Amino acid sequence: MAATPMNQLSALVNNMFATGLLDEQFQQLQMLQDASAPDFVSEVVTLFCDDGERIIGELTKLLEKSSVDFDRVDAFVHQLKGSSASVGAQKVKNTCIQFREFCQQKSRDGCLKTLDSVRTEFYDLRSKFQTLLQLERQIQGFYPK
Amino acid sequence: MAPDGAGECGGGCRRGKAAHAGAGAVAGFFVCLLVVWAIGGCGRLGCGRVAEEEAVAGQFNLSRSQLQELVSILSSSERECMANQVSYLPCISDTLCIGDKASGGKQNWLKDVILQEFCTVQDKYDRNSHTPALLENKFLQNIIKQSSPITQCNLGECDLYAGIKGLNVDQNIVSSSNHTRMFYLSALFGTIVISIVRTICKRGKQSNKLCQDEKLLQIPSAKISRKWSKRALLIGVVLGLFSSMCIFSSMYADVVVRRIENLANMCDERARMLQDQFNVSMNHVHALAILVSTFHHGKNPSAIDQKTFEDFTARTTFERPLMSGVAYALKVLHSERERFEQQHGWKIKKMEAGDQSHVHDYNPEKLEPSPIQDEYAPVIFSQETVKHIISVDMMSGKEDHDNILRSRATGKGALTSPFKLLKSNHLGVVLTFTVYKYDLPPNATPEERIHATLGYLGASFDVPSLVDKLLEQLASKQKILVKLYDTTNRTSPINMYGSDFTASGDLHRSYIDFGDPTRKHEMHCRFKHEPPLPWSAITISMAVAIIVLLVGQIIYATLNSLEEAEDNYRAMLELKGRAEAADVAKSQFLATVSHEIRTPMNGVLGMLQMLMDTELDTTQQDFVVTAQESGKALINLINEVLDLAKIESGRIELETVPFDVRDILDNVVSLFSEKSQAKGIELAVLVSDQVPDVLTGDPWRFRQIITNLVGNSMKFTERGHIFIQVHLVEELKRTKIVFDDISAQNREVTDNPDNTMPCNTLSGLEVADNWKSLENFRMFKFSNDAMDAINLVVTVEDTGIGITKDAQTRIFTPFMQADSSTSRTYGGTGIGLSITKCLVELMGGEIGFTSKPGVGSTFSFTAIFKENRRSPGDIKRYHSEPTPSDFQGMRALIIDGRCARAEITMYHVRRLGIWCDLAATSESAFSSLLEACNSSPNLVFVDKDVWGEGSGYGDCIRKPLRLSTIAACLRKALGIGVTRQNSRDQSLVLRSVLTGKQILVVDDNAVNRKVAAGALKKYGAIVTCVESGIDAIDMLKPPHTFDACFMDVQMPEMDGFEATRLIRAVEKKINDMIQTGELSAESYRNKANWHVPILAMTADVIQATFEGCMHCGMDGYVSKPFEELQLYSAVAHFLETNATDPSS
Repeated sequence: MAATPMNQLSALVNNMFATGLLDEQFQQLQMLQDASAPDFVSEVVTLFCDDGERIIGELTKLLEKSSVDFDRVDAFVHQLKGSSASVGAQKVKNTCIQFREFCQQKSRDGCLKTLDSVRTEFYDLRSKFQTLLQLERQIQGFYPK
Repeated sequence: MAPDGAGECGGGCRRGKAAHAGAGAVAGFFVCLLVVWAIGGCGRLGCGRVAEEEAVAGQFNLSRSQLQELVSILSSSERECMANQVSYLPCISDTLCIGDKASGGKQNWLKDVILQEFCTVQDKYDRNSHTPALLENKFLQNIIKQSSPITQCNLGECDLYAGIKGLNVDQNIVSSSNHTRMFYLSALFGTIVISIVRTICKRGKQSNKLCQDEKLLQIPSAKISRKWSKRALLIGVVLGLFSSMCIFSSMYADVVVRRIENLANMCDERARMLQDQFNVSMNHVHALAILVSTFHHGKNPSAIDQKTFEDFTARTTFERPLMSGVAYALKVLHSERERFEQQHGWKIKKMEAGDQSHVHDYNPEKLEPSPIQDEYAPVIFSQETVKHIISVDMMSGKEDHDNILRSRATGKGALTSPFKLLKSNHLGVVLTFTVYKYDLPPNATPEERIHATLGYLGASFDVPSLVDKLLEQLASKQKILVKLYDTTNRTSPINMYGSDFTASGDLHRSYIDFGDPTRKHEMHCRFKHEPPLPWSAITISMAVAIIVLLVGQIIYATLNSLEEAEDNYRAMLELKGRAEAADVAKSQFLATVSHEIRTPMNGVLGMLQMLMDTELDTTQQDFVVTAQESGKALINLINEVLDLAKIESGRIELETVPFDVRDILDNVVSLFSEKSQAKGIELAVLVSDQVPDVLTGDPWRFRQIITNLVGNSMKFTERGHIFIQVHLVEELKRTKIVFDDISAQNREVTDNPDNTMPCNTLSGLEVADNWKSLENFRMFKFSNDAMDAINLVVTVEDTGIGITKDAQTRIFTPFMQADSSTSRTYGGTGIGLSITKCLVELMGGEIGFTSKPGVGSTFSFTAIFKENRRSPGDIKRYHSEPTPSDFQGMRALIIDGRCARAEITMYHVRRLGIWCDLAATSESAFSSLLEACNSSPNLVFVDKDVWGEGSGYGDCIRKPLRLSTIAACLRKALGIGVTRQNSRDQSLVLRSVLTGKQILVVDDNAVNRKVAAGALKKYGAIVTCVESGIDAIDMLKPPHTFDACFMDVQMPEMDGFEATRLIRAVEKKINDMIQTGELSAESYRNKANWHVPILAMTADVIQATFEGCMHCGMDGYVSKPFEELQLYSAVAHFLETNATDPSS
């Protein structure tokens, strides 16, 4: 059978699927990773994490202002939604959909509430992704191609 | 759709109602007019016609025959006026004509009368020219019947009329003008009613129009107009009631006038009679005076004594009906008194003036002798009735004294004022005539007369009894009260007759001349009873009022129903809006839900796929495969539901792009080839030569329709064939006769079950006759005029299980299968055909089918496309398989016993540019081969049925026939080698399609970009990424090396649509410039037509994106994140052209 990090990785991924953090899109990503693009998943995930962090920061700033520019908020949320859809971050994506609805209603309280949940979910996901990336690195370390 | 129809229907109903109301009102008006005219006119006819005729005859000196002539002259001009309407409404037309003609009022009275005469004549002719006399009778009876109420009213008066013999002419004119006036009033009223009705109708129409034009904007204005209509109605009703009151008052005045005239007539009549009788009596008294003068004074001795006088007067009393008695008094001077008294033996007695109370105990013996006077007038002779006054001196009574003096001075009869007569105590007058000695000339002076006086003849009139007697003779005595007055003294008239009655009402005075110019008498007449109620006036005016109210009620009800209808309409509209909104919401919901279901299903399928890659034993493998199959079926169903929802919510718009019909059909066949081979069904396509190569329309939807139909047929067919034919509608119309022949043959075969001869069809099995369903198509009935419209008829014929009769009605209803057992046996949801029907209707066509259970079904549909007029370069990219040109000019011999099948083979072979000959059997094939040695066919196609197995062909082509398969096979046989990959694996195909392709990915989101790029790279594409629309425009500015571009739709600054539009604009500009030679093609890589396929990437499939994509020049779309299948189908069409032939 596979080595421990491999098992850990699959357990982690399975857990993430089971808890609904991820959807099948992540599998697609994994399938896209092959010899021609060995670090594909980790690149995408890193990109997603950085992007997401930046967007959440921007959103926090925007929503702190007294007069909120909902169009800009909406644009950012849309971006985050796109990113999360691409990596298969299902929970974040769903919350983003909610977020956009509040944006369209121009409800600042709703936005702030959903921002909180987006943030929680995003950081939860990020920590899991970081673990995942670490494991990948370990695996690749064990089985250099 | 349905609510729209309901709205229109509502409008229609309203219009209908208004029209009904209008008609009702007009009819009511006519009825009113008719009633008024009939009653008024008949009154005139009944009472006044004879008089009128007489009057005309009298006044204008016309005889009846002359009148008739006049009528006939007039009739020639009037007839036209009549003729229009007589045949239907003779009475009304008459009325109208008279109404027109009588406009001059009194002046036209003559004409009126004539016309009326004419009317009778006309009536006569109108009704029946054969029996005029009879009908005239009827007509007269009718008139009499109608005029009966009036006759009843004046029942009492009628007797008088009889006595008087007719009415005054003037009176008639007045009454006729009265009727005319009434007629005008009613006409005026009618006009008002009509105008109101018309206004309402017009308004109704207007509002209807408004309803159709601008459904919601008109509501307030309609409300206001309705308010005004109601006000107008109120005014109209008030006016109508007013006019009815006018009618009443005018008629009432008429009645009153007539009553007064009546009274005057009666009174005058009585007065005249009284006067006549009086005069007769007076004349007789005069004669008596002459008698006395002749026989008493003229003879000596006198021939008359008291006895003679008594006798004579008693016997001639009938001559003096009014007189109670006569007496003769002699003129005696005082000087002659003694001699006179001695001669007669009695004293001259004085008349007791004051003692009237003892009249009955009157005894002349008790009377005082007359005091000494100059002159006496003692009565010497008297009638029996007044014998008691003999010897009484008449000069002693004051009244008599005056009278005697007056009489002898004038020589005429003199009357006393009324006083109580002696003895009878009745009120009476005394008439005195003087007897002269000799005849006096008429101009004798009073002195001469006094001198010549011999005596006086007195006659007493007992007035009350006289008048009573007179009135006894006249009828209707009870009806009026008569009073007689002596009005010599104007200030205090003396009542001569008649009790003090208090009867009120009209009084008529008639002057009576009793022959004494100094005395004046009057007769006063009154009606005894109150005037009866004027029933005719009340009836007519009530009728008018009722009609007015009825018409008002009708109009009011109409207005109300209009209002109600409009309210309903508005409510309906609202409901319709809600229903539509709900429908849209439903579709949206379906679409969303389907989309949401798809996502987890993809997860399931993906996991199953992954599971299959792991190590599984056979059973597990089987389970997983089954699960995956089910999943795929579910996804298919969801896609269909999504499709239906899209169609229903009207989101689907048809593309108009050029495409090749034959190519599409080959595509369909290739899709089903495996299945048909597995089932052993012959699948074939035949496209008529007349169908143009390239059409403009929506190829995807067209393909979807055919795929659905073929898929359906495939499902229910176990043996035989499925045959797709494409023809032009016009072509089929032309060959209808041929078609009929074929179906006739077919029928023959069906009728004869023992006949084992195969039918003339593809597989030789019987099929359902198709022409019946085709005949019902609109396109077959009406020709389409559009110039470049191509009307296609596609028929899909199968030899499957067929559809039972009762199931045929619901075959196109969503989720309905022929019967529930079918779905158990064959699976499926039954949604496919309803989608197909929607799509066909969307394409402007119709779908129909014919089916025979156990024989097969034939579905056919029509679709409208346009002939492509564009340059062929533009459509190249839609060709998935360009026609190979390797075989141009070759010849082939086709050997097939079944001509339907041979035709298909010929169709395909011809498409390769090969000339075809046909042979039915191998024997004839040999002969034709030998004959055709000169032309030397390059190829021989032989059907397996004809040849038998394995007799050494060059190669074997598997059916179904397709252009590419034939081409490939021929290439192989003829040694034209082309390398091809023979893999059906999509990812491999994708890889083959995408390998080495330059692809530009435009997305602002780094993660998306990365993923998209990764996915495309996996299939071997060379991916370049940019992050904004502006960068994309730069990159795609020709010349460039990109084969395709994937563009995110939603991007900041410039979205995908905008960017695409700009890119297309740039491309067009450059293409134009290359074409016009402003730019050399060399600098643009020898490409004359720059058009980079741009595919939209979107997460939102439903949101009208597809239409948007097409609209701004994109070529397709893929959902984000990529799905392999979708990516393949989207990419294949655009990139296949450049790839080596991937399928075959």
